[in-house]
Amino acid sequence: MKQNMLTAIRLTIVCIVFFIGIYSLLILGAAQFAPGKGKGETVTINNRVVGWKLLGQKFTDDKYFQSRPSAVDYNAAGAGGSNKGPSNPDYLKQVQERIDSFLVHNPAVKKADIPSDLVTASGAGLDPDISPEGAKVQVSRIAAVRKIPVEKINALVEKSIEAPLAGLFGTKKVNVLQLNIELDKLK
Amino acid sequence: MNTEILGVLLMYLLTVALAIPLGRYVGKVFEGDKTWLDRLFNPIDRVFFKLSGIDAKKEMNWKQHLVALLTINLVWFLLSMFVLMNMSWLPLNPDANPSMSADLAFNTSVSFVSNTNLQHYSGETGLSYLGQMILMLWQFISAATGIAICAVVFRAMKERTTDKLGNFYNFLVRSATRILFPLSIVVALILVFNGTPMNYEGKAQYVSMQGDTVHVSRGPAAAMVAIKQLGTNGGGYFGPNSAHPLENPNYFTNIVENLSIMLIPIAMVFALGYVLKRKKFAWMIFGVMTLGFLLLLFNAIYFEMQGNPAIAKMGISQPLGSMEGKEVRFGPAASAAWGVSTTVTSNGSVNSMHDSFTPLAGMSALLGMMINSFYGGVGVGFLNFYIFIIIAVFISGLMVGRTPEFLGKKIEAKEMKIASIIALLHPLLILAGTAISSYLYAHDPTAYAGWLNNPGNHGFSEMLYEFTSSSANNGSGFEGLGDNTPFWNIACGVVMLLARFLPIIGPVAIAGILAKKKYIPESAGTLKTDTGTFGIMVFAVIFILAALSFFPALTLGPIAEYFGLK
Repeated sequence: MKQNMLTAIRLTIVCIVFFIGIYSLLILGAAQFAPGKGKGETVTINNRVVGWKLLGQKFTDDKYFQSRPSAVDYNAAGAGGSNKGPSNPDYLKQVQERIDSFLVHNPAVKKADIPSDLVTASGAGLDPDISPEGAKVQVSRIAAVRKIPVEKINALVEKSIEAPLAGLFGTKKVNVLQLNIELDKLK
Repeated sequence: MNTEILGVLLMYLLTVALAIPLGRYVGKVFEGDKTWLDRLFNPIDRVFFKLSGIDAKKEMNWKQHLVALLTINLVWFLLSMFVLMNMSWLPLNPDANPSMSADLAFNTSVSFVSNTNLQHYSGETGLSYLGQMILMLWQFISAATGIAICAVVFRAMKERTTDKLGNFYNFLVRSATRILFPLSIVVALILVFNGTPMNYEGKAQYVSMQGDTVHVSRGPAAAMVAIKQLGTNGGGYFGPNSAHPLENPNYFTNIVENLSIMLIPIAMVFALGYVLKRKKFAWMIFGVMTLGFLLLLFNAIYFEMQGNPAIAKMGISQPLGSMEGKEVRFGPAASAAWGVSTTVTSNGSVNSMHDSFTPLAGMSALLGMMINSFYGGVGVGFLNFYIFIIIAVFISGLMVGRTPEFLGKKIEAKEMKIASIIALLHPLLILAGTAISSYLYAHDPTAYAGWLNNPGNHGFSEMLYEFTSSSANNGSGFEGLGDNTPFWNIACGVVMLLARFLPIIGPVAIAGILAKKKYIPESAGTLKTDTGTFGIMVFAVIFILAALSFFPALTLGPIAEYFGLK
């Protein structure tokens, strides 16, 4: 037993050096060659950082495409989901309110065209994407607010749809931050 | 075919295609056969043994193995308690996060040392970088512990009549350096180059397009995420685990991470085939496990892609399916596939919130943990399956009226007693725990109002899930549960502790006792264990044990919720 204890302590110390020290340093070293150098890739406009490439941010203004609802209000220092169960009455009431509010802001839209991702919160509350349907359904509102022809915005949305991986695997999606940056460039 | 389904198919086929050669490699590592990585790792292992004063050639019997295992785990637990309760003044704490309370540190230490990775804290605010790093160490060596002890059981199944079963430290070090370490490097590099952070700086800050000031947590995430996936640990760097865009940036990394969950558990089965030189036996086990996995998988994917009936009633469309708690870049199919992969293997990382799964998809996740041996955790998954094999051999023996034999060894009363106790322990811990917490809540709902995030049957499921996850050493949760309280920290801690070490001690004891027995050569009267018939028998034993023990609880939780939603 005593012998085992001594061996265990010595082996643990060696493991600390190898699996924390050497392993982390190897990955940290490799990160220096990665985009963003392992510190996180940012998105800049005119030399001003306006967001992180991978992180969703809050868009509530009617002139922008909206992001999905977030249980943590897009707090990137305390991410999380709502953890509401599918049958929870309070939760279902909240979804209904989101639908109603969406219809108020988008009077031209039929209820059946609203995709569920626009009225449900994501897992981390930082979802950078919405579904293509979620972007298209917002076009009429944005066209009206910005006084830009619908066709022009539709074309922008079509261009912004990211295909599944290799065209075959996964979902189609639209990155909201990128889309809104392009939208601001439209005249 | 639907691109979401194709993505799941690709992920699974890639996993199996990689697990078969990896299994051969793992078998060689266990047996000390030559591999192409020896040149690199022979010198490294020698340094490990020299500095720790280990004679890697000293053979141990099964009791000595267990003493060595339990002693080193005790050392890890104590060190973990110390670090977690003193993080605030220790180095590497740029965000000035606080130390843990004693009950939370107990829960977290047990959780990571036992390879569970149940998290009653949130990484961004609950840990310093030193805390994250020390937990990452347990992710390596608790996984290596499981693999090492599985190697001991393989050795015992192989040897004819002996009590010498190799050296525990040798298996432990080799599993960590030669299996977990190189795979982690590969996965961590993929993550870093796809945008997962790896740095030691504090929070970043930016002003969004709408003018909000946003703080962004970061740190040495990539290194930890790789081993949390590969070692069936599951403890994420950030609070929402692999649903967080920095922890799992895109669909490609999602495939890599999901593959990493199942890779080693599946490879262990083929490693068994290599060590025993019984490939057919390994394929029988793989077949049983895969059948169970696929049944749970189809069920979960089907219901998640259907969407939530209560939301359908509101008159909006659900083009993807059920989206609460899910990320658009993964979609419901890949989220459900992850949910099942992570629960059958006792991994416990998530890429969507299980609490928000539709009822029967949530049941798939629960069943995966209740059975806990369809692939199972690294090493220990096979030990659980071994118990079911022993029971199946015994029952088949009785049915055809022969003395039950397994790999040339007679199974007698003593082994059967141990197997039965271990098989019953899991339901006992889960159901007793859920019963106590339900009683407390029902007795005084105001005092425990903070516990449940959802009312009714779903609230019951939250408690059932927490104990199931603890007892399966899984670590995922219906995270709505307000679980950072002394009751949940201590109750789950105790359950994790018992559910980790007893199911290791039991199978090792059985294998050790069997190894010492006289070898009886196979004859025409021997029950063949590498046939489809025996596979069906094992599946039936698993199904009956799990269905009978857990069906009443499942009826009160997900099944009742499902019919309530219709």
